Amino acid sequence: MKGEIIFGVITVLFVASFMYGMAANPDSEFGGADGQAGDVIVEINSEYEPWTEDSWINSIKFEPPGGETESLLFGLQAAFGALVLGYFFGYYKGKGQSN
Amino acid sequence: MHIFEGFLPSPWWQLWFVFSIPVLFFGMHRLNKLVSEKRELLPLLAVAGAFIFVLSSLKMPSVTGSSSHPTGTGMAAILFGPAIAAVLSTIVLLYQSIFLAHGGLTTLGANVASMGIIGPVFAYVIYKAGMKANINFYVVVFLATAFADWATYVVTATQLALAFPAEVGGVAASLKAFLLVFATTQVPLAIMEGALTALIFKYVIQVKSDALVELNVITESVLNKIKGASQ
Repeated sequence: MKGEIIFGVITVLFVASFMYGMAANPDSEFGGADGQAGDVIVEINSEYEPWTEDSWINSIKFEPPGGETESLLFGLQAAFGALVLGYFFGYYKGKGQSN
Repeated sequence: MHIFEGFLPSPWWQLWFVFSIPVLFFGMHRLNKLVSEKRELLPLLAVAGAFIFVLSSLKMPSVTGSSSHPTGTGMAAILFGPAIAAVLSTIVLLYQSIFLAHGGLTTLGANVASMGIIGPVFAYVIYKAGMKANINFYVVVFLATAFADWATYVVTATQLALAFPAEVGGVAASLKAFLLVFATTQVPLAIMEGALTALIFKYVIQVKSDALVELNVITESVLNKIKGASQ
């Protein structure tokens, strides 16, 4: 139980720090750090354009049409991973108990 | 959070591929060997990969007012070594860059270098050093995986700083700006990732501790000590 309690405490602290972050940055939408890095690039070099803009590379990729599809794909990624994790731990726990 | 498509100019994106590709070949070689010689460990490999899948899909808000995601690569690095962790990370990075417009194909070399190679190397080295120093197993796992997560984003910031030196202050000034974006955002997330990985390792020890001994992750005597303490 000790491990779970420590993890629980750290999770509560994390949520508390997020709450503080929301209060300290009332206008923030908590966008991605990668987007902010893009802003820093523009600050350093205002003329920089991603050189792949018109490249064929974009044609082999799937661009989610909007936030909904994107969250679906992220959700599927998490669900697939969680499924494998649950299967493995369940399988070995059951196997251990039956022996 | 990975470097966007096209956001690394020449010659940087090519250089990071030159850095990453040999490691990936070595990782695939190690993976082949593992799959053919220790088939019974395949489920654990799947778990390490699945852990990266789950964690890198969770975009978590940070106290700084922005979001980023953990990497989950520390677990694979501790279990199978950094080279195999690099291969597993590449699968996730490819999925995200092809289907989610997250990261990019031209920046894949750089993103594999930070998330798949240098972060896991940190995890591996810290883990081995900590175990050698006889520190508590779970504390070592926490430290190794938290620092691996954090190191990943310090490397990302460095990659961008090298490619975009500031007009005043050069690379150092850029590095400061990029670190402010990535490294500070990542601190609470890295702590969460370390704690979660330590907890997952507790369950691995409960259900499949023999695999850890077989992979030389822990010795029999350390395992007995951990099991004795939890009873």
